[in-house]
Amino acid sequence: MLRYVFRRLLTAIPTLFVIVTISFFLIRVAPGGPFNQEKGLNPVIKANLDRQFGLDEPLWMQYLNYLNNLLHGDFGPSYNLPDFTVKELFEVGLPVSIQIGASALILALVIGSALGIIAALRQNKGADYAVIATATAGSTVPTFVIAPVYQLIFATTLALVPVAGWAGGAFANKIGPIVTLALPQIAIVARLMRGSMIEALRSHHIRTARALGLSDWSIIIKHALRGALLPIVSYSGPAAAALLTGSIIVESIFAIPGVGRYFVEAALNRDYTLVMGTVVVIAIFTIVFNLIVDILYAVVDPRVRYD
Amino acid sequence: MAGNETILSVENLKIRFRTLDGIVDAVKGINMHVKAGETVAVVGESGSGKSQTMMAAMRLLASNGEAAGTIDYRGANLLNLSKSELNEIRGRKVTMIFQEPMTSLDPLYTIGNQLMEPIMRHRRIGREAARQEAIKMLKLVRIPEPERRMKSYPYEMSGGQRQRVMIAMAIANDPDLLIADEPTTALDVTIQAEILNLMADLRKRLGMSMIFITHDLNIVRRIADRVYVMRLGEVVEEGDTRTIFSQPQHPYTKALLAAEPSGHKEPVPKSAPTVLAGTDMRVTFKIGGGFLAGDPVYLKAVDRVSVTLKRGQTIGIVGESGSGKSTLARALLKLLPSEGAIQFDGRSIEKFDPAQMRPLRKQLQIVFQDPFGSLSPRLTAGQIVTEGLLVHDPSISGKERDRRAALAFSEVGLDPANRNRYPHEFSGGQRQRIAIARAIILKPKVVVLDEPTSALDRQVQKQIVELLRDLQKANNLSYLFISHDLAVVRAMADHIMVMKDGRMVEQGSPEQIFDHPHEDYTKRLMAAAFVDHAEAKV
Amino acid sequence: MTDITASHAPVVGRSLWADALARLKANKAAMFSLIYLALMAIVCVFGPYLLPHPYTTIYQDYVRTPPSLSAYPRPDMIETALQDVVRRMRADLEEWHEQDERVFVTVSSAKAIDDRVVRYLDRSNTFNDARVESKSPDGLKLTMSASIKKEYFLFGTDNTGRDLLARTLMGGRISLAIGLLAGFVAVVIGVLYGATAGFAGGKTDEIMMRVVDILYSLPFIFFVIMLVVFFGRNFVLMFLAVGAVLWLDMARIVRGQALSIRRQEYVQAAEALGVGSWGILLRHIVPNLLGPVVIYMTLLVPQVIILESFLSFLGLGVQEPMTSWGVLISQGAKNIGSANWLLLFPAFFLVSTLFALNFVGDGLRDALDPKDR
Repeated sequence: MLRYVFRRLLTAIPTLFVIVTISFFLIRVAPGGPFNQEKGLNPVIKANLDRQFGLDEPLWMQYLNYLNNLLHGDFGPSYNLPDFTVKELFEVGLPVSIQIGASALILALVIGSALGIIAALRQNKGADYAVIATATAGSTVPTFVIAPVYQLIFATTLALVPVAGWAGGAFANKIGPIVTLALPQIAIVARLMRGSMIEALRSHHIRTARALGLSDWSIIIKHALRGALLPIVSYSGPAAAALLTGSIIVESIFAIPGVGRYFVEAALNRDYTLVMGTVVVIAIFTIVFNLIVDILYAVVDPRVRYD
Repeated sequence: MAGNETILSVENLKIRFRTLDGIVDAVKGINMHVKAGETVAVVGESGSGKSQTMMAAMRLLASNGEAAGTIDYRGANLLNLSKSELNEIRGRKVTMIFQEPMTSLDPLYTIGNQLMEPIMRHRRIGREAARQEAIKMLKLVRIPEPERRMKSYPYEMSGGQRQRVMIAMAIANDPDLLIADEPTTALDVTIQAEILNLMADLRKRLGMSMIFITHDLNIVRRIADRVYVMRLGEVVEEGDTRTIFSQPQHPYTKALLAAEPSGHKEPVPKSAPTVLAGTDMRVTFKIGGGFLAGDPVYLKAVDRVSVTLKRGQTIGIVGESGSGKSTLARALLKLLPSEGAIQFDGRSIEKFDPAQMRPLRKQLQIVFQDPFGSLSPRLTAGQIVTEGLLVHDPSISGKERDRRAALAFSEVGLDPANRNRYPHEFSGGQRQRIAIARAIILKPKVVVLDEPTSALDRQVQKQIVELLRDLQKANNLSYLFISHDLAVVRAMADHIMVMKDGRMVEQGSPEQIFDHPHEDYTKRLMAAAFVDHAEAKV
Repeated sequence: MTDITASHAPVVGRSLWADALARLKANKAAMFSLIYLALMAIVCVFGPYLLPHPYTTIYQDYVRTPPSLSAYPRPDMIETALQDVVRRMRADLEEWHEQDERVFVTVSSAKAIDDRVVRYLDRSNTFNDARVESKSPDGLKLTMSASIKKEYFLFGTDNTGRDLLARTLMGGRISLAIGLLAGFVAVVIGVLYGATAGFAGGKTDEIMMRVVDILYSLPFIFFVIMLVVFFGRNFVLMFLAVGAVLWLDMARIVRGQALSIRRQEYVQAAEALGVGSWGILLRHIVPNLLGPVVIYMTLLVPQVIILESFLSFLGLGVQEPMTSWGVLISQGAKNIGSANWLLLFPAFFLVSTLFALNFVGDGLRDALDPKDR
């Protein structure tokens, strides 16, 4: 198993390399540059800035420099937030995004799974229909609708929570972002769980367990749920990567100082280093969580062997 | 040997299912009983309600099914016991094993874990005691190295071994009654025989009763004291095994018994010309390998086998699953890459590319096993049958094609009026007729029949065998008949090849192979398939 | 058994498509949703032509007017509007009253008033048909009259005084168009790519799917932003960008299907008949692929609409004065405290459309693949 993990991490390096390369040249091919849009910027100052950040060198040189810095854990300075390096921005923002994302993910997995199991056990009955209806609603309504509606009801009308802001991570400020992020995930997890649980309950080995007179508890928890978990496990990998790296919508609507909002701003401002930093962080999260999923898979299903 | 005490009695049992097409009556008020220590067979074709009756007894009906009447086990009506009362009987006094050995065990737990669970639950003993019990059970069902096997997962075992584990789980609590639903159908014939012997032996040792659900009359003859014959949800006849087989009363029982394939084929004259010949055929499959997947493994699916098929001849190729018989046939038709020489009509075709093969395809046809999978679901039966004409006779008009389709339909005994229907609107036997029509409309010389009757009920099987015989006579066809069902092969073929693990073990005339086999494997195969009634009865 | 004389009038078979259609028709939620979607499309396409207010027209007197079924202006608004007009005339409001749907205004000024100031009344959104009734001899006092323009703002107006109903319908037109077109683009790319990979098999397939895997692990928003940056914020190219990103799933689904269909016995049977690659593709693979493609496309359209709205929400979508539901919701979200209708109406339109698309998609899946239930 250890050897497998090691090999997977090794194969992640070329993937990461390809992603970095594609992203680097894509954003460079795009018209504009970090110091172009501020109109009236003195050409001399612009040239100075370009020289200071090495932007006057040939592109391939910049690329090699960037790779070299990256290997040493240096993401470079942010061009548009000149007082910070990209690393500093992440050190401040990432904990906030992870906190919100992880809470939403855990909430979604627990509530979603529970709803899905209830629906599967009550298939085609009232509780099932209620869960399906909720799940459809949850996965249909976009976050950028949920968030303002939440603000409208709970902040503006009922005045129970602040409309937006972080306030150093006060609980009341976190509810909105977490709930907004979690709702669609709850819906997806519930649907997935319902489907895979129904399939698991229909399988032949469950019939065997019934024929042997085993208890409902053993049948549902030991024999059905373990198999039904597999789709949830594989879903939660990419979901975790996406949630923990911050949501643009939620962070901008609730004015949270996470890293999700950097991406769009940085791309529009051609803040090359910040864009690249975000890409690398997201890619690393994706790779790591996919690896965790594969390992969990082997834990749940003995047929999966990695050697 | 059977006691007099009735332990299970089914009275006026009715089972119905609510489906999208309305209510389906699966079982229409049947009566049955089982006495202590006896083996009862329930025989019938698919859809006769035999499995559903037993599912109802175990309260395992699908959620859209409901049962009315009584199923009485020693004074308790199984149909309306509470769940906890039911689970005192289920798995302890009355147990059941199923047809699907590959999926009936939980893939995620070791077999030791699965075997100990019902023991601990019903006998309320500790883990270590249960473990010892479980090992004892594995020994009882003759699993080698039981201690080590306790730690195995189901995927690490063969189908036969899994079925043994299933049996061990079922009998672990010393039940009164074991219900077996086609427990050997999915297994190879030699394994089938071993499992049947094991079950008969265990029944005797443990003194339990057994209900054996099957469509295979050979098994009934071999194992049962009494027989119930079911058809369309009703019991049409019951009686002790000997009487049923010697003096069947009901026309359906008679038809069932008569449906055993019969007849034999005269050999072709020595002078008959050779149509298709393969010399030293080899087929190798690569397993695994590719990008980052490690070294591939090579599997010799067919290992130096030679075949010579003459005009009008039927060669039967027999063997168990994985023996390479289908692969050999496909390689001969050049549907798979292979090594070795192939001659068709005197021409060497082993080097032909697909374009060169195309004109020959007309004369080399194939009928597959699965009548559900071999017909394109979105074409009409007529379009399917005439597809070959589009390739080989593109000049003929649509009208003419339609006429020929109608003709081909009549030839295979289907109503031509149905040629615009879609495959899903036909029964299994009718679909196989469509597949046959598709092959013969091109007037081929050679037809490969790849298990053409294996997915069909016995009676339908018999009709298809007869149809194939008639077509052979009428068109002087040569058949390569692949089957694991020795009875059908015996009725169809005039030359037989026995294959095992990609090699040819033995070949010869049916008399030689069936009555005087030389090789050990052939002997075992024959012994398993045609056990004499007297010696196997326990 | 063989009956050549059997009737030659063939029975008409029921194809799987006919079966599916019958099942779909029996599904009330899906049928209701289909009708709803059709109505929504008609309203969004033709509605803007029939409305009295173009979606770009700014009604300065009606900034952030709440939605109402009764006509504007309300009496207090007339006063405000008049004060506004009079200020522009550089005069003082002496007196006004309403009579027979007309308003009579008397203004005064320190200097002589030019008759032409009357056109300030016409310029206002509230009045028209203005004329001078009387003028004091010294020219310092002028009495004018104008009829009151009745305006209906069923959905209210936005921050700049534009009719939200007109904008919502216009936005719907854009969102639906992008949904359909981008969905179509994604399906075309995905089907072609996936079918090629699944068909070619072997090394080609492996490389093509590897490319898809890598594209998957790129942050998808990055892609969209790059495309938007390249193409500029152009509406026509916008859907290309969205479609070009969403084809990945389609490609995977189609490839998987193509691979599994290729292994079916009916394809082997066709090969044994000598049918060429094209024949197999057209007669066997494509018809059996259509089901999953249709199902996936109905699920794709709502995804595209959400994506477009999402981009518009971030300010990367269509540009003012053109609008889409995403743009409207974004503006609504910024004004929830003061003008919640700006959020509620577009959000309702978007969400109800997404719901209906969802039900149609589910209905189609159940109809085409009944064993799923």
